[in-house]
Amino acid sequence: MTDTPILRVARATPPPLARRLRGLSDRAIAWLFVAPTIFLLLAINIFPLIWTVRLSFTNYAANRPGREVEWVGLRNYERILTSEAIWSNMQTTAHFLFWTITLQVILGFALAWLINRKFKGNDLLTTLIVLPMMLSPAVVGNFWTFLYQPQIGLFNYMVELLTGTPASSFSMLGPGGLAKWSIIIVDTWMWTPFVMLICLAGLRSIPDYIYEAAEVDRASKWRQFWTLTVPMVLPFLMLAVLFRGIENFKMFDMVVLLTGGGPGNETLLASIDLKREAFEKWRTGYSSAYAIILFVTVFGLASIYVKALNKVKER
Amino acid sequence: MSFLSGLLRFRRGPWEALATVLIGLGVVMLMQPFFLWAFTYSFLVTLVGTVMFIITSHFPE
Repeated sequence: MTDTPILRVARATPPPLARRLRGLSDRAIAWLFVAPTIFLLLAINIFPLIWTVRLSFTNYAANRPGREVEWVGLRNYERILTSEAIWSNMQTTAHFLFWTITLQVILGFALAWLINRKFKGNDLLTTLIVLPMMLSPAVVGNFWTFLYQPQIGLFNYMVELLTGTPASSFSMLGPGGLAKWSIIIVDTWMWTPFVMLICLAGLRSIPDYIYEAAEVDRASKWRQFWTLTVPMVLPFLMLAVLFRGIENFKMFDMVVLLTGGGPGNETLLASIDLKREAFEKWRTGYSSAYAIILFVTVFGLASIYVKALNKVKER
Repeated sequence: MSFLSGLLRFRRGPWEALATVLIGLGVVMLMQPFFLWAFTYSFLVTLVGTVMFIITSHFPE
């Protein structure tokens, strides 16, 4: 028999896996492939979660491993949910959430509305607008710290230029009540492009013939905007609101780099407070209960988010 | 009326809507600046809403 290239390739090809693993069904082989992923998921996600729930009912402290661990029942939850300090941190988080989402939705939608029009340099402008969201939060935190410098910062200089207020007379990151607005400005600067992209997807999903039909019916541009554009972009907007809400509820890195939770407790968001309780005060049991409360809130919001996402997909 | 009959017949839509309202209410209670008692019970409301959402998402349409 002649040794053709096709035969050589056929001989070099390994036999099917099922033939080599004799005695195993297709289902068993499928499980064999999936098992490492399931194992990793259990080890990295599920086990720590269950362990955190267990720790939340104890007075365990990670820096004192030799100490006897006591079962305290729901006492950690009771202390957290009746603490005025934590309630205050939640309000700081709510202030941050409300203003970042409001500003990002208004500015994001306005930018998407403008970018959706056809003009020269549209693509370049879109690329420039989305640049901030591609940066690392650590980088953003560091360079905005420089921008907010009262003596040499560009932000204070611009405020002086536009309003006449002397640049060195106020500090965005220091005492005076401006710190909580400084983190809102930075987050809005960074994440408005994300909301803009989602709104742009919504605007581009509206077929032209709907507007043509409205034109035939002599609907004004204002009426077209409120009765066609807004209702059709609303599901996308809801998606952006939920996504930014979940992300900002967990906000940590950028705010730590900008203000570290200060001055005082002015920008102490729940996630920063949680980190302090867990790794500065070493109250592991207490902070586990704190983490579970935040987790359940984020999980609940994420469930709504997934439902909203499926509704948008169905459109 | 159809909402109530949907609840009684264990349909996914109304039960998911109820769970969503509970989650939203829990989040608002957690972050509102007016009543400490609302903050205290916020976790319970969110937890009930979240567990309800997980269970009811398996109900028939």
